[in-house]
Amino acid sequence: MSAPAKTAKPLRQDGKGQGADLSSLALNLVGLVAGIAVWWVLTASGAVGLPPPPDVVRKFGDLIANGQLATDIMSSLARVLTGFLLGVLLAVPVGFVMGWYKVARALIEPYLQFFRMIPPLAIIPLAIVTMGIDETPKIFVIFLASFLASVVATYQGVISVDKTMINAARVLGANDLTIFLRVIVPASTPFILVGVRIGLGSAWATLVAAELIAAQTGLGYRMQQAQLYYDLATIFVSLITIGVLGLAMDRLLLAIERRLTVWQERV
Amino acid sequence: MQPKIVFKDVTRRFDLGSQSFVALDRFSLDVADGEFVTVVGPSGCGKSTALNIAAGLLAPSEGEVLVAGKAVEGPGPERGMIFQQYALFPWLTVRQNVEFGLRIKGVSAPERREKANYFINLVGLGDFADALPKTLSGGMKQRCAIARAYAVDPSVLLMDEPFGALDALTRVQLQDQLLDTWRRERRTVMFITHDVDEAVYLANRVIVMAARPGRLKEIIPVDLPYPRTEEIRLSPEFTAIRNRVWHAVYHQQGSSREEN
Repeated sequence: MSAPAKTAKPLRQDGKGQGADLSSLALNLVGLVAGIAVWWVLTASGAVGLPPPPDVVRKFGDLIANGQLATDIMSSLARVLTGFLLGVLLAVPVGFVMGWYKVARALIEPYLQFFRMIPPLAIIPLAIVTMGIDETPKIFVIFLASFLASVVATYQGVISVDKTMINAARVLGANDLTIFLRVIVPASTPFILVGVRIGLGSAWATLVAAELIAAQTGLGYRMQQAQLYYDLATIFVSLITIGVLGLAMDRLLLAIERRLTVWQERV
Repeated sequence: MQPKIVFKDVTRRFDLGSQSFVALDRFSLDVADGEFVTVVGPSGCGKSTALNIAAGLLAPSEGEVLVAGKAVEGPGPERGMIFQQYALFPWLTVRQNVEFGLRIKGVSAPERREKANYFINLVGLGDFADALPKTLSGGMKQRCAIARAYAVDPSVLLMDEPFGALDALTRVQLQDQLLDTWRRERRTVMFITHDVDEAVYLANRVIVMAARPGRLKEIIPVDLPYPRTEEIRLSPEFTAIRNRVWHAVYHQQGSSREEN
């Protein structure tokens, strides 16, 4: 059989993929530099009333030097991570239960679809009234956002597991528990990881608004303060920091996802 | 000797909304121990339905299937099944896939490994034991699925168009390999296909089915010796049987004009 020739093929494709990665990385860089250049030209010419790149860089230096940036990052990160982790930790089992038991699905799904339609930010007034103004309502809103985003993905993952694969396991003598642990869980891992990434995105998206709730520190709080003093450079520093942190965490999750799902056929 | 598989007046109806249609109508068949039967027929003839009932994945509406004298009441490792879409677990290597059923049975690790190695070598995947399914060709995936089914030591192999998704050349190679495996590890095989050549080449007997409702039409014995070779495939005797099966499958209307 022509087996060796056939297995050689994916290797070749991988090689080509790496080349494509490098050139697209170069293009990414070009785009980034061009964007900063446009920003610089526009602000320097006075066409828009925004701070030019050097001002933002200087502000970065100031905020790092006086320790304010570090404090803000720490308190924002703590909120995002706590809310996000709690959300995902609850979303995965709930998603599994919904995918596996039709009764549970029928009971939970109306609530899920209903709450999905309410932007988590709309919960903030209610959260303040019922939970006060300390960390709890902020974390709760972030939790809700990441939970709703990742529970749907987990549930979709469980119900889209190939029925033939389940039948194959059954014919080999697997009972329901074995099928769940050895087929459903691994087969839906890619979906769950996508859900986790979406959940992280939602958590960051909710952060700034959550910090509207009488925060004393945090990147979102800092921006609102800066807004009062027309301190655009500080707003830029916060925005860039949120973007970079979010991106870094997303890339980290992507790397974990790649590692856990090497077995997947990628077309 | 009692037959290995007995279909006793098996009927299966499916409900489609308010209508119900008969997928399989009073199907009866005896398959001898160690026999290789192939089942051919047009789509909708109930051949997959019959196989799934024998596997225990589908319950009959009426009648019953006996395997080794015992009524089938659900899937079990004594009846191995091979699917057209391979149904390998993509996150497991070839070896782990083959060991899957043994692990469920609680077979010890050393014994598991030994058994898995034996069947992996039997299907010629020795060099790919630690490969993931995504790196294998379609033919190799199906060989892995065959090894996986064999590993739990079933007395019956149920094969649902296993080579249907493969190209013509690979299909012929796998037919030879399957017969070779069957010669060395004799099991009772019920093999579904829509390829008339494949049906005749592999079988002791070809079961021809008719559609609407799905039912048994004709049983055509294949009096050709094993091992089957290219020479047999190209012989006039093969052609004669092939033509007879072809006729039974494709000229199902106007049964009075049948040449029998």
